[in-house]
Amino acid sequence: MKTSAAARVQPSPRETLDSVVIRFAGDSGDGMQLTGSQFTTATANAGNDLSTFPDFPAEIRAPAGTTYGVSGYQIHFASHDVLTPGDTPDVLVAMNPAALKVNSDALKPGGLLVVNTGAFTTTNLKKAGYENNPLEDGSVDRFRVLPLDVSKLTLDAVKDVGLGSKDANRCKNMWTLGLMYWLFGRERDQTVAWLRSKFAKRPELAEANIAALNAGHIYGENAELPHGINAYQVPAANLTPGEYRNISGSEATAWGLVTGVQLAGLKMVYGSYPITPASNLLHQLARLKHFGVTTFQAEDEIAAVAAAVGASFAGSVGVTGTSGPGVALKSEAIGLAIAAELPLVVVNVQRGGPSTGLPTKTEQSDLFQAVVGRNGDAPLVVLAAATPGDCYYMAIEAVRMAVKYMTPVILLTDGYLANSAEPWLLPDLDELRPFPVEFHRDPEGFHPFLRDEQTLARVWAVPGTPGLEHRIGGLEKDRDSGHISYDPQNHHRMTTIRHQKVAGIARDIEQAKVDQGESEGDLLVVGWGSTYGAISQAVRLLREKGHDVSHLHLRNIWPLPEGLGDLLNSFNSVLVPELNNGQLVMLLRAEFLVPAESLTRVTGQPFRVGGLVEAVEERLQRSGE
Amino acid sequence: MSPNSPKNQYSRKDFASDQEVRWCPGCGDYAILAAVQRTLPSLGSTPENTVFISGIGCSSRFPYYMNTYGFHTIHGRAPAVATGVKLANPELDVWVITGDGDGLSIGGNHLLHILRRNVDLQIVLFNNQIYGLTKGQYSPTSQVGKVTPSSPFGSIDQPVVPARFALGAGATFVARAFDISKKLPDTLTAAREHKGAAFIEILQNCPVFNDGVFDLVTDRKTGPAHQLWLEHGQPMTFGENGEKGLRLNTRSLGLEVVTIGENGVSEKDILSHDETNPVLAWMLTDLADVVALGVLYRHLGPVYDESVDAQRELAEERFGKPDLHALLRQGHTWTVT
Repeated sequence: MKTSAAARVQPSPRETLDSVVIRFAGDSGDGMQLTGSQFTTATANAGNDLSTFPDFPAEIRAPAGTTYGVSGYQIHFASHDVLTPGDTPDVLVAMNPAALKVNSDALKPGGLLVVNTGAFTTTNLKKAGYENNPLEDGSVDRFRVLPLDVSKLTLDAVKDVGLGSKDANRCKNMWTLGLMYWLFGRERDQTVAWLRSKFAKRPELAEANIAALNAGHIYGENAELPHGINAYQVPAANLTPGEYRNISGSEATAWGLVTGVQLAGLKMVYGSYPITPASNLLHQLARLKHFGVTTFQAEDEIAAVAAAVGASFAGSVGVTGTSGPGVALKSEAIGLAIAAELPLVVVNVQRGGPSTGLPTKTEQSDLFQAVVGRNGDAPLVVLAAATPGDCYYMAIEAVRMAVKYMTPVILLTDGYLANSAEPWLLPDLDELRPFPVEFHRDPEGFHPFLRDEQTLARVWAVPGTPGLEHRIGGLEKDRDSGHISYDPQNHHRMTTIRHQKVAGIARDIEQAKVDQGESEGDLLVVGWGSTYGAISQAVRLLREKGHDVSHLHLRNIWPLPEGLGDLLNSFNSVLVPELNNGQLVMLLRAEFLVPAESLTRVTGQPFRVGGLVEAVEERLQRSGE
Repeated sequence: MSPNSPKNQYSRKDFASDQEVRWCPGCGDYAILAAVQRTLPSLGSTPENTVFISGIGCSSRFPYYMNTYGFHTIHGRAPAVATGVKLANPELDVWVITGDGDGLSIGGNHLLHILRRNVDLQIVLFNNQIYGLTKGQYSPTSQVGKVTPSSPFGSIDQPVVPARFALGAGATFVARAFDISKKLPDTLTAAREHKGAAFIEILQNCPVFNDGVFDLVTDRKTGPAHQLWLEHGQPMTFGENGEKGLRLNTRSLGLEVVTIGENGVSEKDILSHDETNPVLAWMLTDLADVVALGVLYRHLGPVYDESVDAQRELAEERFGKPDLHALLRQGHTWTVT
């Protein structure tokens, strides 16, 4: 920068903010996901805590300029810990009219709207369904608007590189990113390095994108921003020291499964059939063959789980991943694994239902399906991950329980967990306790339903072991020989044993305890799964307001942890917010005879913190606090 | 000898489990069970490395009677379970036991895919053209007009030809035999020796619900005129004295049954079997008046288990030893102090 310029433009002091929510929105081809993830990396480097949520269209290649082709990326970052991607954006970056149309209702009144006027052509306005230009007819008056012809500013910035107009135009996301970096005081180095590596084979593209990035930044430094628009700073958060990375629930689940199988000292066969939003797990694991992972893209959901069951029979850890409709198809084979008492991990990345439902939207409506959705008395273990990073630990736990108890385990995540990302303190791998599996080898007195007296797990005797030849299957087996048995008393005993085996796992997990607040009092909010962040934040706000509210979050759905009934009974009332029509609440009422109440929301979107706070306050008022 | 040390020599009874066989008296399954138990020792198989996997149906009780590893799974899914077993341990000798309903109706999809993938195992389909275990409904191989409790006016479904299905799916080995045939062990042996998915259809008599449906072929008296046992490179002749044979009709592009010595037909007019020829195999699947038996088709294709192994080795070469520490750090990390 020239000295004279520096002398002329006194940087106005940055306004300090506690937390900011930004949504980047543009056409699918505008590179919003890349822009968002670069901003995320720079923000992580600046020491903020953060949470992100991409929201891309279900259409693979929607026509340019249309509302259904709008791709969004939301980031919430703060100087304190961040638990959700934020309810409503403080800042909206709209790269074209369609992006404004889709997102303007979400932006807070008084929020900052950065808009690329260069894309507000008559054609684009028409495609977005605007009759008049919303920038001129007063529709955006409730926002602080920063109108910029980013298209033209970008072309000016990159003209020296000599690109064609198409390539040059594609740099406008980097121009915008540069401006956003300046507005929020982020460093550019990481993005510059990333661009150089991404375009290593086409250095002219790297140079153009870097020029655009720098030009956007310089624009912020030099331009006189409209009244009311400042540069901001968000001080670093007080995070636990250590090495961090950004992690999505998909990555965490895949790596957790791999880690779990390594801790078991076994190999994994992952059978799967492509399904939104679980396909990413298959993609992640398909790259990890050198970790002893065999991925099998099966002909259908049934074959995917059946192959996993076959692999477990032969001594690998059989894993299958899918979403609700896939679990429906897998039910019979899961029942087979229950009857044959074989390890099996089923990951259900839940989405909106019933039937095909809302494939790209999130929901928690498969809890009943997981706990009871099979023919016969067919108990298994159900776990639920609370955050993207928690998927790692719950996947390890799923493998541990499956091999220790010779049982299927359903791990519930959801579309929101799978796709959203958060900074994650990397685990110390030496701290993870191995659980090596010992196959049964002794032919003396062997039959396939010999059990461990403590865990009630049957022996795992794998084909290839001399002297242990045996037959298992879906028909009921005699408790003392493993042969087919139609004996009435035996069926009763075997049903009881299968129940006791799974119920006994409650002794092998942490006792129920509140996550926030006291262990008794007025109101206990009980959540499970991906709503952890929103509920936790809401309860924090409620407590700050002086309400006597505690939060308990379940990661063990079945069996439920010990001590839960006592805790529920220690509160005047229990409220269960869920992204379904009331499933955990029914389970808790049935198990503990408590008058737990339900708070439901089934919109395909995560809970909003504000909405939760309002709903709880309303109930507290009604109950005459 | 301790039961833990594998024997060098096994006999038929080493492969028989202690379970009482519970098929109906006179069921063709008995003969197939005996043939399999007799054949395995001669193939060098060991009980501990042999796995029988079945679906649901009369035939699928088979694993319980074998003193090997066995898994009686769910209806139609045995091929998928077996694929998982081979993925976990390709060294195992895996046999899938299925029936016409299990393999071609509810499990048709899995049969298609295990064949096209060419997983290295044997698939033995017992075809009795009926649903036995559910008490006699028509099956996907029942003939049109078959009267059963669920088709009191006769079945109106066109039957599937199992061997034709297998060829269409891209099977690399397709054979056919019948339950009481002395040549069944030879067919089983050929299947076991094939590298890849070997499909064997066994015509099997159900004495309770579909008795005698294959009599014309299997009966000692009428059989010779209706059994064409194929041998690679040999003229395709049959009949009491080998007087009949197959000739290629070049105008209809089909096979026709001719009698040597009649209408100017001589031995040199008879077509020889070429088991590597898929077009010939296709024509042999559904002949009029005679049933082709033995190996209809055999060729070597890429074997699924080997391709899986090769990709794993490639990944190991490219990425080296598995390193969880590095895996979790791929991409960008940062340190908070």
